[in-house]
Amino acid sequence: MKGEHVAALYALFGALVPLTSPGHYIQWHWIQISVANVVVIFLMIVTFIAALLLPFPGRRRRRGDDK
Amino acid sequence: MSASEIDRQWTTRLRKGLAHHLPAEKLLPDTQPSYVSSWIYVFGVATLASMIVVIGTGCILAIMGPQWWHQSSVGHYVNSLHLWSVEVFFFSMVVHLWGKFFMAAWRGKRQLVWITGVVTFLASVTTAFTGYVSQTNFDSQWISTQAKDGINATGAGAFFNVLNTGQMLMWHILLLPLAAVVLTVLHVLLVRYRGVVPPFELTATDEVHAS
Repeated sequence: MKGEHVAALYALFGALVPLTSPGHYIQWHWIQISVANVVVIFLMIVTFIAALLLPFPGRRRRRGDDK
Repeated sequence: MSASEIDRQWTTRLRKGLAHHLPAEKLLPDTQPSYVSSWIYVFGVATLASMIVVIGTGCILAIMGPQWWHQSSVGHYVNSLHLWSVEVFFFSMVVHLWGKFFMAAWRGKRQLVWITGVVTFLASVTTAFTGYVSQTNFDSQWISTQAKDGINATGAGAFFNVLNTGQMLMWHILLLPLAAVVLTVLHVLLVRYRGVVPPFELTATDEVHAS
């Protein structure tokens, strides 16, 4: 039963991310980059902006802070 | 031995120099400046934490060997942990680099902090590359045959042969991790010595430590 669940999870994951097919690439003139790398760069930019904008938990304002 | 002779010993001078420049309260401070309470300051530590996981899983892979990480389920799992901790390591390091670049983290006599960070980044990229070519699978064969002409064109191919699995493995598990760890320790010690770089709007006199 446990094995069936694991097999079902593998099948679900495989359906979401097809790992057996060739990778997808974006080409613009001489620049070629995989879609996976574009996604990672996009996530890094999102994380960078979020790190600048999101308030830090537990931050206490003191007199003289953030002048 | 006289007192002046003892003072001239390199061990004495080194100990006094370290105690003067890096006292315990600077090495392991109780508080940080208030501006450090921001997510952008988290990514340096996230890089360090993922580096520890990379080294830990790498040690397990080195002990167990290629057959284990190719054929057993636990081996696959540890191999995946090694890969994904490297992904987190580079992800965190790039966000850390962007943050430090845009706050000009070389200000306030912190040039060496910046330079050691850059060199650590380059050493880490080379470490990751040698890891990809020493996986001992079709992926490593593909990457090494694709990389050889580029490496040879730089002249480095004379002593750095990406088709030599044994040589790449030695670079990956000994020389480059050693360089990366030594540079990281130096980088962290320099951060402790100079302090965390303040935001642009703060001057040196505003670097008040939170109580």
